Amino acid sequence: MADSEVLHAEHRLEYPYSRSTGPIIGAFLTGLRDGKFFGATGSDGKIIVPPTEYDPITSDDVGELVEVGPGGVIESWAWVSNPLRKHPRTTPFAWALIRLDGAGTAMMHAVDAASPDDLATGTRVTAKFRPAAERIGSMSDIEAFVVEGGAA
Amino acid sequence: MSAAARTVRPVSIASFAQSQNVRKDDERNEVEGLMPVIAEVFGNIGITKADVGFICSGSTDYLIGGPFSFVMALDAVGVWPPKSESHVEMDGAWALYEAWVLLQEGEIDAALVYSFGRSSLGDLNEILTLQMDPYYEAPLWPDIVSLSALQARALIDAGKATEADFAAIASRSRRDALANPKAQVRNDTAPEVLLADDYVVAPLRRHALPPITDGAAAIVLAAGDKALEWSDRPVWITGFDHRMETHSLGARDLTSSPSTAKAAEVAGVAAGKIDIAEIHAPFAHQEIIVAEALGLDDSVVINPSGGPLAANPMMSAGLIRIGEAAERIRSGQADRAVAHATSGPCLQQNLVCVLEGA
Repeated sequence: MADSEVLHAEHRLEYPYSRSTGPIIGAFLTGLRDGKFFGATGSDGKIIVPPTEYDPITSDDVGELVEVGPGGVIESWAWVSNPLRKHPRTTPFAWALIRLDGAGTAMMHAVDAASPDDLATGTRVTAKFRPAAERIGSMSDIEAFVVEGGAA
Repeated sequence: MSAAARTVRPVSIASFAQSQNVRKDDERNEVEGLMPVIAEVFGNIGITKADVGFICSGSTDYLIGGPFSFVMALDAVGVWPPKSESHVEMDGAWALYEAWVLLQEGEIDAALVYSFGRSSLGDLNEILTLQMDPYYEAPLWPDIVSLSALQARALIDAGKATEADFAAIASRSRRDALANPKAQVRNDTAPEVLLADDYVVAPLRRHALPPITDGAAAIVLAAGDKALEWSDRPVWITGFDHRMETHSLGARDLTSSPSTAKAAEVAGVAAGKIDIAEIHAPFAHQEIIVAEALGLDDSVVINPSGGPLAANPMMSAGLIRIGEAAERIRSGQADRAVAHATSGPCLQQNLVCVLEGA
């Protein structure tokens, strides 16, 4: 069958409902709105960032929230030469797992850099927040991470 | 107590069938794609739907873009007379696990398991993002290639692999696929040639990514007299387990797979010599991580079918690993094999199935 004879139809699947983010995730997202990072204390005292409501290893409830960051270290990274349409950047950037200062786990976000030559595992980066009036309590309140003090 | 020491009811892989794996099948819907596969998996051993006591399928609504799509797919088997039936929103390997558990209870002696998925209907990079944490990860729309690239970089940084290793795995897989007429990507290209590929997301080059595949697969499980009646050389499941890690990507060590290691321990992989391993590692570097977690030595033949780098039908690529491993035991090429299936980003969840010839 020629391709032109095949019937095509556009269909959009959506689950348009809202959820409460709860006392831990909600606190983290509220922190972002205020330009701060919070982690939760895990069973072994390690600070989990971004925080979950339970320790990922022991499943115990997490302890108190602790402020961390906004600087941190790249634990792994991947360079995107051609951003996809839903990516948080429209120009080449890196995805990175970033361990914020004081944190025991890494969080994923985008790193804005001119070239992959500016980045390496171990490079220090810091969060660049959007202007306070634009922040809504979302991961996108962080515009991107940038290399601390300019180029690596 | 390990599973090897636990008393399990012997269950066999009585029959296996898979569709031709293709980049895009837009001339047949899911039911039409499945029907010949179901006919073949029954026809191989001369049975009908009346001979099985349970049906379990694996698929995902996110590919077809409509809810309860698995209900429609049941038309491929026939809905009348009614039959006890279930579904998992997972790869068919997990549907096989559910059927195996039911067979353990002893009320039925045979089950049909099938899975299907047309990856070509949407954009997999966007669809697979929807499996991520909805608060911290999905809002940024990280695609599966980028996430896998983060894992590959971590593996390189840890000194456990090089980009040349990824190319060697891709080269071997697609060369082995030349002997598999159902595979999608089949060629003999030297690793040095592959290393000239551009990066898709560095450090992953084009060859280290799985193909986008439409396809379906099915297995008949049999226990007791039926296992012996339906096969001259029954392939027995002697160990079966699956484990999952946290969905917090940054809380995991991406260079190892503790969930695979735990499943392998419970399934008793180390209880005997493994001849072949069919590993569901969609990205080349993931084979290195899984092989280590399974405790495989250099004598084990990995992915003689070509594996997921040669054909990666969403929701079936794991079930196919079990089928391919079973076929090699049935044909006498192997006596003991391990099959692996994965789900989630960066090997988050893993299933291990040990198979042995009679």
